[in-house]
Amino acid sequence: MTTMPVLSLKDIQVRFPVNPDWRGRPRQHVHALNGISLEIAKGETLGIVGESGCGKSTMAQVLIGLLQPTQGEMTLSSGKSNGKGGMQIVFQDPQSSLNPRLPVWKIITEPVFAAANRKVDKAAMRELAQQLAAQVGIRPEYIDRFPHEFSGGQRQRIAIARALAAEPDIIVLDEPTSALDISVQAQILNLLAELQRSRQLTFILISHNVSVVRHMCNRVAVMYLGQIVEIGDAAQVLEHPAHPYTQLLLASVPTLESVQDESAVPENVELPSNRVLPTGCYFKDRCPSASSACLQPQVLKQISTQSQEHEARCHLAHPD
Amino acid sequence: MNAMTEQTLPTAPDIQPAAASGLGYFFYKVKKSPLTVAGLFIILFMLAMMLFAPWLATHDPNAIDLMYRLLPPSAEHWFGTDEVGRDIYSRIIFGSRQSISVGLFVVAVSGVIGALIGCFSGVVGGRTDRVIMRLMDVMLSVPSLVLTMALAAALGASLFNAMLAIAVVRIPYYVRLARGQALGIREMGYVKAARTFGASRWHIVSWHVIRNALPPLIVQATLDIGGTILMAAALGFIGLGAQQPTAEWGAMVATGRNYVLDQWWYSGFPGLAILITATGFNLFGDGIRDILDPKQKGK
Repeated sequence: MTTMPVLSLKDIQVRFPVNPDWRGRPRQHVHALNGISLEIAKGETLGIVGESGCGKSTMAQVLIGLLQPTQGEMTLSSGKSNGKGGMQIVFQDPQSSLNPRLPVWKIITEPVFAAANRKVDKAAMRELAQQLAAQVGIRPEYIDRFPHEFSGGQRQRIAIARALAAEPDIIVLDEPTSALDISVQAQILNLLAELQRSRQLTFILISHNVSVVRHMCNRVAVMYLGQIVEIGDAAQVLEHPAHPYTQLLLASVPTLESVQDESAVPENVELPSNRVLPTGCYFKDRCPSASSACLQPQVLKQISTQSQEHEARCHLAHPD
Repeated sequence: MNAMTEQTLPTAPDIQPAAASGLGYFFYKVKKSPLTVAGLFIILFMLAMMLFAPWLATHDPNAIDLMYRLLPPSAEHWFGTDEVGRDIYSRIIFGSRQSISVGLFVVAVSGVIGALIGCFSGVVGGRTDRVIMRLMDVMLSVPSLVLTMALAAALGASLFNAMLAIAVVRIPYYVRLARGQALGIREMGYVKAARTFGASRWHIVSWHVIRNALPPLIVQATLDIGGTILMAAALGFIGLGAQQPTAEWGAMVATGRNYVLDQWWYSGFPGLAILITATGFNLFGDGIRDILDPKQKGK
């Protein structure tokens, strides 16, 4: 990466204490994130994929500042701390992400209103709401309406307008289309791409939908048990996955053209417990090509045979 | 950007009609429920009674005339007279001012304070929340009438002190209700989003939590007005509420008790007034609970 990163994460770890004893001291920890290191450049879209329970949502919460990492550093190049407008989020469910009792113009301008400590000019706020509404494809006349008067796709547009109002460095998209109809999904994705081009936005797209990631992202990171197991150029990772987990994940996407190969589906499909982390490679219990070399901890490093950025956390990808 | 807007607008799914909300919808639903309408009429009737008491009363409520003591209902004295010859009908009319304003005052004070404490407690969480809720549990663990009596007695016997005592004792009910709502609302996407752009706690409480916690609180308040009037009447009954010669329904029932075997009208008519008022507020409260319940919206 040549440009200065907008955001860099260094060895982010999140543990939740669980199962307290009679003095309230935790007996165990849930290891949600186990050392995430990332850099994100301005104007790019980074996709984060992985199955349920791999830590995607925890990752989103850490990014937008709702969770403090137990360990590790997170720095925004603009110097804004997160939780203060540096990052914004568009949630999966547009139903609960808009306050049903506020008119749309108040919802859209809420970041500005809150950042200015509630001392703002009402006319200027309405003006701003109209501009933002027009940019996301909501008629400016509709800004006095309430969220229930809009459809799911329109609500998601309003949520996007609200995220834009804060002028954040990064917008986190947490499954922004999975609660929408197929036809509306495409409109929202195109809107996001259009906004990214015109406003130089940086997106982190969290999704389990591989085709959405393929459509939207420049880079993609694959997560497994709170770690990034593979990261790199989106086309490269999705076309030539190097890590056995990525291969499994992509093979499990059903397609219309081919019959699902039953033998490719492993029997052991449970994530290992995140209470006690496995030693060595986290994926070895499910890996079809596990060997004695997998007992060693694996590191995430560049695949030497590739010219583009493509890192994998598997010794099989590093023939040396 | 404009070109895109024009492209996407026609294909965007159509706006739903604005029929399912607002005051118009509220009154539409009220009209469809006869019991709610009945409650509403009783409340309006009582409010009119408070406002127009001097014109509705046939006698001076405090005029003593020992020649006409304890008379049964007649054309001159519609509800009879009491032990010092005051007209009971006029005293009930003027007593509505005391009794109903007790109800409204207590509910307003305890509702507002309780809702604010509860919402903050739920939003802040952690140790603060636990301390507040344990305090409220302590207050709730004492029978409310006993606690009210103790407070009112400690403050001194007057109607205002009785109102304060009842208000303080009612606060924990609103705190619990508001906190329960706040705990749910706190997890909603719009509160999480507000936290990401650095909104203050006061902003989150006033913009998001209070607004969405309001319907059950309003219902609780409406239901409480009837109960509060009864509570004030109970305090008046044991002499801790309104003092003579002020006309207050509870105190009238209390004094009339001495004559209840031979002069039933003395405590009977004020009792009936309390009954009707409490019923009115309860019917209305029940009605708006059903209307504000989103699960009832389809019916």
